Amino acid sequence: MDTTDRKLRAILADVLGLKPDQVAAFTADTGLFGDLPELDSMAVAGLLTEMEDRLDIRIDEDEIDGDIFETYGRLLAFTRTKRDAG
Amino acid sequence: MTPATYPCPLPGGGAAAQEYALTFDQGRNCRVLIAPALFDEGHKLRRFTTEVMRRLDGAGIDCILPDLPGLNESEQDLALIEPEDWRMAIEAAARHFEATHVLALRGGGLVLPGKLGGWHYAPVKGASLLKTMLRARILASREAGREESLDTLMEHGLAMGLELAGYSLSGEMLRQMGELVPGKQPGITAIEHELLGGGALWLRAEADEDRAQADALAAIVAIGVAA
Repeated sequence: MDTTDRKLRAILADVLGLKPDQVAAFTADTGLFGDLPELDSMAVAGLLTEMEDRLDIRIDEDEIDGDIFETYGRLLAFTRTKRDAG
Repeated sequence: MTPATYPCPLPGGGAAAQEYALTFDQGRNCRVLIAPALFDEGHKLRRFTTEVMRRLDGAGIDCILPDLPGLNESEQDLALIEPEDWRMAIEAAARHFEATHVLALRGGGLVLPGKLGGWHYAPVKGASLLKTMLRARILASREAGREESLDTLMEHGLAMGLELAGYSLSGEMLRQMGELVPGKQPGITAIEHELLGGGALWLRAEADEDRAQADALAAIVAIGVAA
């Protein structure tokens, strides 16, 4: 598990209120927001701001669509692309 | 825990309105005023805030959690409030309750009056608070089939005011809040969240509490008050 992977899991643990061992069990296919109806727009917005702060990336609003939150693998791939671009 | 009120200056001067405050008040020597987190974070952290207050009370410290005008139970119209009104409200509460220290949480530390020493838990820039609320609005609008952008929303908001996450914010509130940064206050020590351990409760999708975090923050403040 690299730094990006580890930090992203930690942020999700904060937002979802999960324990470290629960987020450590996430695989690329683990469903995120489609499977979690309690995640409203405010929670997603908080998640994005936290990703920017902790992962040192900038996310533009037009890059955000439902697809990147579909699974953990997709969100991680999106984050890696942003970090590589930075 | 007892409800109380304090006289709070009205925006733009004039007579004072009464605002509510939650207090643990036994007339003890050490009296900590809480500057609550702002907007949605205020709700997410309210349980945590009162849990910290319970622990301070147990450590022999009085504490007071005032409502800021336009937030929580306040009857003032938030759309008429500017950050300076919150600063004056905290100053008025500090005077009324004879506070000896202040504990600010998140955005609450951006509007401290500057007369009391104390602590600022998990400092945040005003611009970050606004950005999260702007994003939430953009995401919610998109779900409803409307496209909005950060720049056009802000431009419109600065001229006409804006409703963000259910809060009506004036252009002046948006402008001033966007410029507020923590760490400018002499006598205020920052307590980064990492020091408490565990996940940040203001990020939690469902409001939650964390006993270990409340223990840790109360201990830092209680030790500091006694020093």
